[in-house]
Amino acid sequence: MSKVPMNLFYARTHEWVKVEGNVAFVGITDFAQHQLGSVVFVDLPEIGSVLKQNKEFGAVESVKAASDLMSPVSGKVIEQNDEVVGDPEQVNRDPYNSWFIKIEMSDPKELDALLKPNEYEEISR
Amino acid sequence: MFKYFPHTPDDLAKMQDALGIKELNDLFRDVPKDVFFQREYQLPSALSEAELRSYFEAIANENQKFVCFAGMGVYDHIDPAVVKALTSRQEFLTAYTPYQPEVSQGTLQYIFEFQSMIQTLTGMDAANASMYDGATATAEAAFMAEAITKRKRILISNTVNPNTVDTIKTYAYFKGLEVDMVPEHEGVTDTKALKEKLTEDIACLIVQKPNMYGVIEMIAPLSDLVHAQGGILIENADISTLGVLKTPREEGADIACGDCQSLGLPMAFGGPSVGYLATLKNYVRKLPGRIVGMSKDQLGRRAFVLTLQAREQHIRREKANSNICSNQSLMALAVTIYLATVGPEGLKKVNELSYQGAHYLMDRLEKTGYFQRAFAKPFLKEFVVRSMIPLPVLHEALFKNNLFGAIPVAPEDPDKENLVSFAVTEKRSKAEIDRLIEVLEGLSW
Amino acid sequence: MVTYDRLIFELSQPGRSAYSLPKSNFPEYDLQSLQDLMRTETPCLPEVFETDVVRHYTNISQKNFGVETGFYPLGSCTMKYNPKINDEIVANPMFDAIHPLQPAFSIQGVLKLYHELQMMLSEISGLAEFTLNPYAGAHGELTGLMIMKAYHEQRGDYRRKKVIVPDSAHGTNPASTVVSGMEVVEIRSNMQGRVDLEQLKAVLSDDIAGMMLTNPNTLGMFEPDICEITKLVHDAGGLMYYDGANLNAILGKVRPGDMGFDIMHINLHKTFSTPHGGGGPGSGPVGVKQPLVDFLPNPRVKCLDGHYYIQNEKDSIGRISAFFGNFKVWLRALVYIRTLGKENLACVGEYATLNANYVREALKGYYELPIAGFCMHECVFDGLKDQTTGIKTLDVAKRLLDYRMHAPTIYFPLLFHQAIMIEPTETESKQTLDEFIAIMIKIALEAKSDPESLRNAPHDTPVGRIDEVFAARQMILTYKDYLNQKFD
Repeated sequence: MSKVPMNLFYARTHEWVKVEGNVAFVGITDFAQHQLGSVVFVDLPEIGSVLKQNKEFGAVESVKAASDLMSPVSGKVIEQNDEVVGDPEQVNRDPYNSWFIKIEMSDPKELDALLKPNEYEEISR
Repeated sequence: MFKYFPHTPDDLAKMQDALGIKELNDLFRDVPKDVFFQREYQLPSALSEAELRSYFEAIANENQKFVCFAGMGVYDHIDPAVVKALTSRQEFLTAYTPYQPEVSQGTLQYIFEFQSMIQTLTGMDAANASMYDGATATAEAAFMAEAITKRKRILISNTVNPNTVDTIKTYAYFKGLEVDMVPEHEGVTDTKALKEKLTEDIACLIVQKPNMYGVIEMIAPLSDLVHAQGGILIENADISTLGVLKTPREEGADIACGDCQSLGLPMAFGGPSVGYLATLKNYVRKLPGRIVGMSKDQLGRRAFVLTLQAREQHIRREKANSNICSNQSLMALAVTIYLATVGPEGLKKVNELSYQGAHYLMDRLEKTGYFQRAFAKPFLKEFVVRSMIPLPVLHEALFKNNLFGAIPVAPEDPDKENLVSFAVTEKRSKAEIDRLIEVLEGLSW
Repeated sequence: MVTYDRLIFELSQPGRSAYSLPKSNFPEYDLQSLQDLMRTETPCLPEVFETDVVRHYTNISQKNFGVETGFYPLGSCTMKYNPKINDEIVANPMFDAIHPLQPAFSIQGVLKLYHELQMMLSEISGLAEFTLNPYAGAHGELTGLMIMKAYHEQRGDYRRKKVIVPDSAHGTNPASTVVSGMEVVEIRSNMQGRVDLEQLKAVLSDDIAGMMLTNPNTLGMFEPDICEITKLVHDAGGLMYYDGANLNAILGKVRPGDMGFDIMHINLHKTFSTPHGGGGPGSGPVGVKQPLVDFLPNPRVKCLDGHYYIQNEKDSIGRISAFFGNFKVWLRALVYIRTLGKENLACVGEYATLNANYVREALKGYYELPIAGFCMHECVFDGLKDQTTGIKTLDVAKRLLDYRMHAPTIYFPLLFHQAIMIEPTETESKQTLDEFIAIMIKIALEAKSDPESLRNAPHDTPVGRIDEVFAARQMILTYKDYLNQKFD
């Protein structure tokens, strides 16, 4: 069974969101990293890019698969996690500490549309 | 029984029994009756080997073999005997794409060697496993520039080979990219005109070296101009000449591409040839097509494998970098063996001999008084002259003497009506060049 | 196993060479006068003598598996025997000596060959005319889709930019669609892996440019509703594109043109036996029905009163390659067609289909057969029937290599998670098939008796399973990279 921490929000497309004030940290879930296998590359948007909820913002690649990253919230990218870019395997080892980007949310109400941990657990069995 | 089909009547009976069918057509029940092919193909009957030989031999002889002084993208260089001998080994010839790397190390290793040789010749960081030809490689390079810059306007210098330009234009039109031609000035890309066309929305500039007139353009100043606008510089370079000429890397190119025919592949009516595509580290993931990487096996032994496959169509489908799903593998092998055979010294010699022959021919042509050098610019093995001899007279004289050259560079452009191109490789002897001159000197009209 | 493991660069000794070039005739001309235009560093090419070159490439060739090594049932790739006479005929030095810009009068022979093959492919496929210019199947797809788009645009219909592609299609279909500047509309297959007519009807509208279809599809199944499918698409104003990857199955039985297809490509390296060359060069001629003939790419080869000439048409999609395609590849296909003649060509589809069904029937007790009924030229299983062993399709494929057979295509089509796609082709005997079947059954039994040995297979190949994650992360793509980050 993959882990689903209680303090996060989740997207149907297997991204997690951690909220600190007006900033959303975004990564992919334990379930997603399992499905992909060893992650070898993470393609992220430049700082300053403006993202829209449910729109593609990057991609994560393993040897045999590639998956688009969908933005769980709208807003501006304020930081990339360089550590993850340099060592993508971190995503496999510790998915919930391997955030990809920080987004300054333009509409925090969008969080309401995301899944609660118990709801995400249902779809990621 | 036919030689490629092993099915004896006994085999057929046993196999049909195993399937519980009475006749082979029972296997085709899903084919709707009204489209089932009922008649014979309207094609000739089978030929025996002897008949095939004489049939194709006769047709081969319906072609005329010339002493070649033509270039424009295809050159008559010497092909070492080892290349043909080694590339016809069945292990190379009849294998497919190295999907099972454990039994494809031969293919994977030569592709790695090919990528390495393209890398060192172009000075770029990485190359892919090869492309169909130089023209399509250049079109794909333009798509890379679009993907990198997210811009849709492509500039192409007017000094790029017209077939390459036409191919890029077709690809660009359908993909929805805008193409703008940069005028030339005295045989090279017109820098002033380029500056006017360089705006913040350009994806790339495509230039060629040596260009379609054989002129060795200075690319570095063009790179600087393009980079100042955030664009990508794509250099289509004759890979053979990179044995001696400045590398695309040294000139600031972001993508190097072109055809490898000049590396000992026969002219063969234009195909199969092989294209190359190389780029800088930052753009490696934007490369289309196959890429081989070095790795290790379970026991830690060095091994090669297709890598970075998540860029490709079989994983990414409509989001792939390109629709290409093969390379010109066997031709890449031929090029690799050629480069191993000539080595750095041989490749330099090939260029030296070609340079000398071409300059000798140019001088002799000028001395006839019938030709005038078109551009006072440096060249290597190919050049353009203005002919005072009417072209039909010139061409007839050449053909009659089994010589092929003096290709009109832009037959539809009235300013260039009498401009013709010659190429000389290391394969052309002094006697052949002297003979060409002799034919022209004796002309009257 | 001790295997040769050197790179050509590692044989290099300064001062050696393997070239043979004429002496300089004109020493008075000095290349060095190019000065600033010359490169500063000597390229890092190997310095070896001829014996080294020959031994090196012979040694690495022996780590490869070709059609002449053994059975090569790689599904969707039609790895049939590549006849020797084809190689002999294209090796005629006359063909190598032709410059592609030579005027038509001096190349009547090759133009005749081009024209002859184009006519024969038209007859075989039931279409009006072909171009031989595309270099490969995917290049043919792109060319065909450009023709589709150009056709609609010429009628002033710029809305039609969507192409219907079944989810079972080859990955190149959606990728080619996007490169041609159109959009993909994917439709799901039904339980039998075939086109779901209701789904198709639901997506048909006046923005559909056409539909791409492989028939038999990638599951090896023929679409029994094909005539209805082509009619539905035509009625909606779209064109039908036939992906010729699986043409081998239907030679002699049914023609794409008769089924209602308007455009197709043929993979000559599959159906018409040209060698695959380790991944290319292939050849992907494109054929069309009469109303689309003028859109074919330039240059075209035509014939008038026995005289062959080259022409560029103004309505053409334009040029898609430097010259006339992979000449020495398509010439082999022509020799093959002339070798078989109409009588043997008609048997290809039925023998290929018989062989695939024979394998399917013999293995269905051991491997999961997801779709019942006769298949065409290839059969698709979904892993081992006994799922309790934990042995995956990958393990089965790797184990086959130990028995000196090439593995089938695996993990394609994507509809089945453990797909094994077997295409024997018509040039394999019952004895070879029996041997393959026996080995496949043996492997199925080994999955129970000795699963560990399967998980670590192959054991008897030049190298074992390769660390693909290491390759993707380290990105050692050239000898230079290797020197910079040597690993052991």
